[in-house]
Amino acid sequence: MAEATPLELASRAVELAVARGAEQCDAIAFSHTESTVSIRLGDIEKLIEATSHSLGLRVIAGGRTAVCSTSDFTPAAFEQFVGETVELARISAPDQYAGLPEPDQLATAGGDSLQLYDERIESLPLDERIDMARACEAAALGFDPRITNSEGAGLTTRIGEVALANSRGFAASYPATSISLSTEALADDEDGKKRNAWWFSAERNLRSLMDPETIGRIAAQRAVDQLGARKTDTKRVPVIFEPMMAARLAGDVAGCATGGALYRGATFLAGRTGEAIGSPLVTIVDDPTQPARAGSRPFDGEGVAARRNVLFQDGRFEGFLFDCYTARRMDARTTGSAQRGVSSLPEPGPANLIFEPGDTPAEDIVADTKEGLLVTALMGFGFNPTTGDYSRGVGGFWIENGQIAYPVAEVNISGDAASMLASVDAVGSDLTWFGSSAAPTVRIAEMTVSGV
Amino acid sequence: MTAMPDPSLEAQQFFAERYGIDSARIASLLSDALAQGGDFAELFFEHRTNGAISLEDQQIKSALRSVEQGVGIRVVKGDSIGYAYTESLDPEAMRLAAATAARIGEGGDLPTAIDTTPVGASESYYGENALLSDEPAAAKVALLERADRAARAYDPSIARVDASIADERKVVLVARSDGQIVGDVQPLMRFNVMALSQRGENRQTARTGGGGRLGVEYFDRVTPEDTAREAARQAILLQDAVDAPAGEVPVVLAAGDSGILLHEAIGHGLEADFNRKGTSNYTDRIGQPVASDLVTVIDDATIEQSRGSINVDDEGNPTKSNTLIEGGILRGYLHDEISARHFGAEPTGSGRRQSFKHPIMPRMTNTLMLPGPSTPDEVIGSVERGIYCVSFSGGQVNISNGDFVFSTTEAYLIEKGQITAPLRTTNLIGNGPEALSRVSMVANDYALSDGRWTCGKEGQSVPVGVGLPTVLVSAMTVGGTQLG
Repeated sequence: MAEATPLELASRAVELAVARGAEQCDAIAFSHTESTVSIRLGDIEKLIEATSHSLGLRVIAGGRTAVCSTSDFTPAAFEQFVGETVELARISAPDQYAGLPEPDQLATAGGDSLQLYDERIESLPLDERIDMARACEAAALGFDPRITNSEGAGLTTRIGEVALANSRGFAASYPATSISLSTEALADDEDGKKRNAWWFSAERNLRSLMDPETIGRIAAQRAVDQLGARKTDTKRVPVIFEPMMAARLAGDVAGCATGGALYRGATFLAGRTGEAIGSPLVTIVDDPTQPARAGSRPFDGEGVAARRNVLFQDGRFEGFLFDCYTARRMDARTTGSAQRGVSSLPEPGPANLIFEPGDTPAEDIVADTKEGLLVTALMGFGFNPTTGDYSRGVGGFWIENGQIAYPVAEVNISGDAASMLASVDAVGSDLTWFGSSAAPTVRIAEMTVSGV
Repeated sequence: MTAMPDPSLEAQQFFAERYGIDSARIASLLSDALAQGGDFAELFFEHRTNGAISLEDQQIKSALRSVEQGVGIRVVKGDSIGYAYTESLDPEAMRLAAATAARIGEGGDLPTAIDTTPVGASESYYGENALLSDEPAAAKVALLERADRAARAYDPSIARVDASIADERKVVLVARSDGQIVGDVQPLMRFNVMALSQRGENRQTARTGGGGRLGVEYFDRVTPEDTAREAARQAILLQDAVDAPAGEVPVVLAAGDSGILLHEAIGHGLEADFNRKGTSNYTDRIGQPVASDLVTVIDDATIEQSRGSINVDDEGNPTKSNTLIEGGILRGYLHDEISARHFGAEPTGSGRRQSFKHPIMPRMTNTLMLPGPSTPDEVIGSVERGIYCVSFSGGQVNISNGDFVFSTTEAYLIEKGQITAPLRTTNLIGNGPEALSRVSMVANDYALSDGRWTCGKEGQSVPVGVGLPTVLVSAMTVGGTQLG
């Protein structure tokens, strides 16, 4: 039996749903083959391989919505699944804002120019993947005699196809690949406490993947750098976020800049569009049109053409990310930002989130800090989107007179998102990508650091 | 006991009738899996149905339903595993998956014929009344509407209420090359309410909820109104909350929900995979003191109807209560088959996975600290200036060294032995072993959290329970903004 493609399945689901009385419907379908190799202390720990297919159908009838998902595509089961989805929509309340995109909002171009697919990933032999993971871990273990153990190295490749079809005639799909490699190194501190650090690279194509040895060496360097980490005194000082941590901060803020957070009343940015919230150094954009990035896509989870959206321009809050539902609800237009899995409603969110770089070399930002904290690790979930209250456990380095003085662990930083954005007083030129987000080094003039 | 069907036999019958997965098919697949010479093979069949209905701002926003089925095939050779899965339960797809997983065994001894023996369940720890997944949608909608009305009626400042009801029915069947076939039918439900309180520009939200491995009888114990009023109360409380102190202070953990601290701060470090690899701070420390002598910690999968309970683990081993720390002394780890073999230990029934798509790891179920000699009032009364934590939104731990962070949702100042002002959301930061050595009082009360916790480890989520008596930790860093 020839397997149906995701596009055929999505189109078939829409056809069947329309025939059963769904006024509006759309279906998203995924297929992918995922392979993972994990190596630990030079030996193969796991080999995982599987091909997976799934489909999610959304039916809107009289403004009533249901979403169902399946991975059983035998004809009888598939027909029953579609029928049940149409039936299930009857229990929700009519909602005037529910609906598909307008025809003029739907994407027309495919994803070819986005370079989302690399055939070299598909043809990468198992032996070579094992060698890459092994080389990555070996580089970490051999980096420094103080590296005493490893959590192993893992290489995952994914070759997939994403398809979307709707009852307004949209039907499109695109192939996509990804490859990621990571390792975690451990060092033993004098008191027996373990210091661990992890590093990774995740890309759409093999050519862009960071060299395995480099990933290993960075992980090892970061573990060794934490030896002797201690708490600091409790005080208010400047806090510098290294690029990966600045990307996490941008992610927290972007989560508050969505239509979903807005209509639920759960964002400190409500009613502040056009306001200068950040310092002039803060520019944050979401751009799914960047070639070959992990979050790039030709269209969003509803078929709307992907586009670049500016969240903050020179500190000014420019507006929210919307999907169709939240846009209609807030009297706005979709920004093509619908995220979509098979078993949930679309929700707006960032695709490739970028904290735009400034002109200052990152080392100058540290050199220019008399006393402060450089953050290289964040822990916990202490962020309240409704109020913007921010409180996170951190690890990193204490800075004295522009120099790294000693490593720091088990401390907390706290503040609130609006004040933090307003007091950004240095942005580095060192823009660095981490999968689907990118940021430079960012300094916040003052935050509370809690330690002893 | 009622005359409920044996859940193991029910699962076996389900897969046999629906997909033709009988003893002969299982033996043939296990042979394929070991065709290259692995030590051990296992098939994990799963059929899971999830339903959810959500109410947003007085309207039923959507109804969701998903069905997933498949088999995960694992082949073990030494400490290495080959793993493959397929969503298709037709014979050819399953044979291919078995052949893929088999590759890890290359070069090993070939197996002898496999003889499988289906076994029944020894116990069932699940609620046995009407399953939520079998309830008509209209009945679930009515429960959500009751919550909505109750939260709004609680206080005029409640400007918005969201509520959701979710149910799961998971049928699993584990077949192993050492001959055992065992199944389970696992119900799970959860009811959640979010309330937003608005006074002028000050908006505060709070979420609460509960559930477990039971059906509609949950609502006899905790009504939708109870959950809704609790969410409203917490949101209003935050309206008058003050900034938490910054720096090290004594911390009293209230009974129940605070058990998440125990789960994160030490539980993960006692999962044997980390100890097998030597990457946990508890490696090679069995028999040694790792906590104050007031501390006894167990992991118990057999608590009736609790969210973390399971009849058998995902490797087919029966579950039980495992003592981890007794009077401050480390007694044992939580094992899956691989780590149990590595340590020469008995399986603890702790092999769990998120689904058939995920390999097994040792995981916690319901992790509890047992009560001590003090009264809760004595514990609180002993604190000159500190904080009292009632509930948390979540936490994270670095398993390698035990450093942790937890975020409070409901917490108060303690001044001169009295609970005073409510605190804004803040973090507790510390180190697991250090915090456990600083447990200076343990009260004689005890509570299990109402089932709402999900534990994430290496990208896999599983439902868990936590529990704790009232406990004093003599010093912990609080990440507030109030200096001095």
